[in-house]
Amino acid sequence: MSVNAPTPSPAGVPLGKLAAGTAPPAHGNIWGVAGAIAWRGIHTYLRRPDLAVPSLIFPLVFLASFAGGLTALGDLPGFHFPAGYTAFQFVFVMSQSAMFSGLFTGFTLAFDFESGFARRLMLAAENRRGIALGYAFVALTRAAITMAVVTGVALITGMQITGNGVDIVAMYALAFLLVLVGFGWAAGVAFRFRTIQAGPLMQTPVFLILFLAPVYVPLNLLKGWIHAVASVNPATAFLDAGRGLISGVHDHTLLAYLCALGLIVLFGAWTLTGLRAAERSP
Amino acid sequence: MSSTLLTQVGALARRGMLKTLRQPFQMFPIVFFPAILLAVNASGLRAATYLPGFPTHSYVSFAIAVAFIQGAMFSLINTGTNLAEDIESGFFNRLALTPLRRVSLIAGLLVGVMALGALQSFVYILLGLVAGAKLHAGVGGALVVIVLGSLTALAFAAFGCVAALRTGSGEAVQGLFPLFFVFIFLSSSSLPRNLLKTGWFHTIATWNPISYLIEGFRSLYIYGWDQTALLRGFGVALGLLAIGLLGVQAAMRSRMQRT
Repeated sequence: MSVNAPTPSPAGVPLGKLAAGTAPPAHGNIWGVAGAIAWRGIHTYLRRPDLAVPSLIFPLVFLASFAGGLTALGDLPGFHFPAGYTAFQFVFVMSQSAMFSGLFTGFTLAFDFESGFARRLMLAAENRRGIALGYAFVALTRAAITMAVVTGVALITGMQITGNGVDIVAMYALAFLLVLVGFGWAAGVAFRFRTIQAGPLMQTPVFLILFLAPVYVPLNLLKGWIHAVASVNPATAFLDAGRGLISGVHDHTLLAYLCALGLIVLFGAWTLTGLRAAERSP
Repeated sequence: MSSTLLTQVGALARRGMLKTLRQPFQMFPIVFFPAILLAVNASGLRAATYLPGFPTHSYVSFAIAVAFIQGAMFSLINTGTNLAEDIESGFFNRLALTPLRRVSLIAGLLVGVMALGALQSFVYILLGLVAGAKLHAGVGGALVVIVLGSLTALAFAAFGCVAALRTGSGEAVQGLFPLFFVFIFLSSSSLPRNLLKTGWFHTIATWNPISYLIEGFRSLYIYGWDQTALLRGFGVALGLLAIGLLGVQAAMRSRMQRT
C-alpha cells in the first residue's frame, strides 16, 4: 500500500469517514496515548544520532560563534550587561534551542505522517488529542537534553550567572514555555500539511521572529527599522526577560510570561484545529 | 578540447542550469536566505561599526561578502542533490552507457554551476547596491567579484559532486549543509579578525580558509584593490577547487566501477 493512500480502518473505512462518523471517544485515555507516543519519540531520538547530534551541534555552534566571535560587542558604548557577553548570548541560544526543539518535533510528526505511521496512530489512538500531547512531551524532553548540554558547555567556557536560584529556575521555566510555543506552531503545520516538505513553513517564521529581536546587542543599541520591529516583537520580551533573570536585573519578566502563555493558548488551538483537519482528510 | 567534447559539455551544462532554474524551491533559498540574513545582520550588528579598529562605517558593505559564500553553499547543495537524483533515478547510469566521454558527465554539470555562480554573484551585487553597500573597487571590482563568486561556487559544487557520487543519496548531500554552515560561522564573517577577542575563536578563524574567501570579497567592497586579500581569496578558491576535483575524479572512478 502506498504511504499516501488513505489509511483504512479495520473495517475498511477511510480515516476521514471514521473521524466524521465514528470517532474514538473524546474522553478516552489521553495520558495513556500521550505516554506511549512520548516513550516511542524519546526512544527514537536517543537511539538515532542523525536526529540527536544536529540538534545538539547547532546551538553549540551558535554559542561558539556568537559568544566567542562577537565578544568585542560587549565593549560598545551603552552596552551594560552585568553577567558578561557570554551570558548575554547564552540566553538567545537557549531560547532558540527551546523553540527549535519544538520545531524539530514538528518535523518528526510530519515525517510520521509521510511514512504512514501517524495515520495508523490516529486510527488506533483512544483519544487523538493524546497524540499532540505525546509529541509535546517529546519536544520538552529533547529541549531538556539540549539545554542541559548547552548550559554545561557555557559554564565550562566561563559563563557567569549573577542571578539567584529562583531567577534561574524562572529562566528555565520560560524556556520550557518557548518549547511549547515552537511545538504548537510546528504541530499545527504538520497536522495540516502532513509532509516534511512543509518544513520551511515551520521554521522560517520562527527563525525570522528570533533574528528580528535584539540578538547581538540590547534594544537601545539597535537603530532604524530593526529597532521598530524589535520593539513590538514578542521575542524581544523573551530575550529581555531571560537576560534579566540570568543577570538578576529583571526586565520584562511578567510580559514575557504573558506573551509565552498567550502564544501557547493560540498555537494550542492551532494544533487542535490542525488535528481535526488531519482527521477529516481522506 | 575537441568540438565533440565541447558539444557534450555544453549540452549537459545547459541541462544542469535549466534543472536548477526551473525549480523554484532551488532558486528561492539562493536569493531569499542571503537577502534576509544580510538585512538582519546588517541592522542588528550596525553598532559594531563604532568599535575602534572596525574598517568601515557601513556594516552592509562589510557583511555583503558573506552572501557570496552562502550562494556558493547553495550551489554545493543544489548540484549535489541534482546529481544524486540522477544517480537514484538511473539517469546517470544510462548516460554512462552512451558514447559520451566520461569527463563530460561531470564537466558539463560543473560548467553549468560556473554560469549559475556568475549569475547569482551578479544578483548579490545588485542586492548589495539596493541595501546600500558601496563597492570601492568600482565596475572592475564587480567583474572580479563575479569571477571569484563563480569560482567559489564551482569549488563548493565539486564537493557536492563528491558526496553525490560517493553516496548516491540526496539526503546525504543535504547533510553537508550544516557542516559548511559551521565553517561560515567560525570565520571572520561577523567581525574582522583583529576584533575577534576570544583567543580560541581567533585561532579557528585564522586557520579557517573560509575567512580568506570572505576577506577576498570584502576587500573589494571596503578597501578597493587589496592585492594580498585578493590573492588569498583566489588562492583558497583555487585550492578548494583542486581538492574538490581530485575528490570528484576518485569518486567518479569508484562510481563507474560499480556501474
